[in-house]
Amino acid sequence: MPDAFTKRPAGQPIVLAEEVHKSFGPVEVLKGINLQVMEGQVLCVIGPSGSGKSTFIRCINHLEKIDSGRLLVDGHLVGYRRVGNKLHEMRESEIAKRREDVGMVFQHFNLFPHMTVLQNLIEAPTKVKKVPKGEATEFARALLERVGLAEKEKAYPAQLSGGQQQRVAIARALCMKPKLMLFDEPTSALDPELVGEVLDVMKGLAADGMTMIVVTHEMGFAREVANELVFMDGGVVVEAGNPRDVLANPQHNRTKAFLSKVL
Amino acid sequence: MVERVAGSSAGEPPAEELVVVPLRHPWRWVAIAVIALLVAMLVHSLVSNPLWHWDYVRGYFTDTVILKGIWVTIELTVLSMLIGVVLGTILAVMRMSPNPVLSGTAWVYTWFFRGTPVLVQVIFWYSLGLLFHNISIGVPFGPRWHTWDSNTLITGFTAAVLGLGLNEAAYMSEIARAGLLSVGPGQAEAAAALGMGRGLALRRVILPQAMRVIIPPTGNETISMLKTTSIVLYIGLYDLLGAAQSIYSQATFLQVPLLVVASIWYLIMTSVLYVGQYFLEKRFGRGTTRNVPLRPGQRLLLRIRRRDESAVGGA
Repeated sequence: MPDAFTKRPAGQPIVLAEEVHKSFGPVEVLKGINLQVMEGQVLCVIGPSGSGKSTFIRCINHLEKIDSGRLLVDGHLVGYRRVGNKLHEMRESEIAKRREDVGMVFQHFNLFPHMTVLQNLIEAPTKVKKVPKGEATEFARALLERVGLAEKEKAYPAQLSGGQQQRVAIARALCMKPKLMLFDEPTSALDPELVGEVLDVMKGLAADGMTMIVVTHEMGFAREVANELVFMDGGVVVEAGNPRDVLANPQHNRTKAFLSKVL
Repeated sequence: MVERVAGSSAGEPPAEELVVVPLRHPWRWVAIAVIALLVAMLVHSLVSNPLWHWDYVRGYFTDTVILKGIWVTIELTVLSMLIGVVLGTILAVMRMSPNPVLSGTAWVYTWFFRGTPVLVQVIFWYSLGLLFHNISIGVPFGPRWHTWDSNTLITGFTAAVLGLGLNEAAYMSEIARAGLLSVGPGQAEAAAALGMGRGLALRRVILPQAMRVIIPPTGNETISMLKTTSIVLYIGLYDLLGAAQSIYSQATFLQVPLLVVASIWYLIMTSVLYVGQYFLEKRFGRGTTRNVPLRPGQRLLLRIRRRDESAVGGA
């Protein structure tokens, strides 16, 4: 395997997490997460279920609110506006504005079932960014072409396979021209034979230099595409580093135990 | 594989010579006989019993008093359902709002308007003049810009619309809430992740999907409202039933034919609502099924055609 993806120049940190804590009621799910993702990097997050990896990436676009610590996306604090020494909680509309720059792909696709594929793609650009409909449609068609679904633009989500739906969901997120893409177990709900087509689209994105954070159980993808691999367990980052090193030569016992079960 | 083994071992004829005997349904014929008998008895009574007074039914079917009553029924139903649906949706959204004042207000509203009889509410609005002699707009506790006399502002008709509509809103709010809850949280998250605000997501993503769940019980409410409007007789308005009653109590003194007239008109109006509901459901069912649902007529045609085909195939 050539190092096609690992030798990209690292620029500004696009995500910076310092001691991020998050509880759901009495259960502390994140117990101090520290990590950073550079522009153009692909970060894969692995770990057992309940380790907090999904919660963490949901915090990045404020689908969950963190309890303490610092979380910066593209240089801005998530959910707060700093004025002097005070942090003002953001209004719903300001949070929505920040989310425009962060694309998200969900485990269960979450396409809008009452809209066709094309309507799904142009909804946010036309209604949120006020892009003219013709322009949005043109861009959407180019993206559908790219994910290999150009002929499906008039189909409703229910008429597509899981793999096709997830590719549409990726195209939908890309329609907002995000600076960062978050993937929350994008292939976990798919039949094994459909996983490949979604991973191929994601590999293409990585090759184009998209900054990506991917929560995944696909170790092959992590090894091949990620420049950084993070192993989370019990709400903390146990181990991080070059994916090939971590996967082949894990340093911590918990990482070893996890990898021995999944590899 | 199995067939061949069975055929060869027992010396039975090959599979293609086996005859399929369709399952017989003898009890269906019994049911048909019983129901046919009951229908025959009913028809016999309708035709032979002179007390139905069919000539009166025909004579009063398009009587101007009846037609005026129908118009009142339609107006009241449309206006109060309009208030009910719009205010009900607003109440449902308020109820689900993170703002405790809004959700509490919506809860109290529903509690109060569902907890008191609609008849009491209609009469209450009608007698609002007993409580407030004048109604003004202006600054609360401050200057008044315009003042109306309560008794001229609140006519029987406005009282009826207010009473029925505000009561309906309480019921509709729970129907709308059920619809909103039926849309999975993933839809709101996906909309949020695309940068859509709460209002936009509600309008474009959540409500259109909730409509699928909201429409059938709303059809129920509309049909129910069509008939509930007859309580306005208590405040001196004549809807369809009121009109029929006024005719038999003042002119014909025959209850049965006029109740038949009213019932036929109610059935006609209900049937029209069925058609409207069908098209609404089709509109909001987009994308939910892989194949397009058939119209009732098409379904019948298809069934007959299939029967013909199977009859031909069987012969």
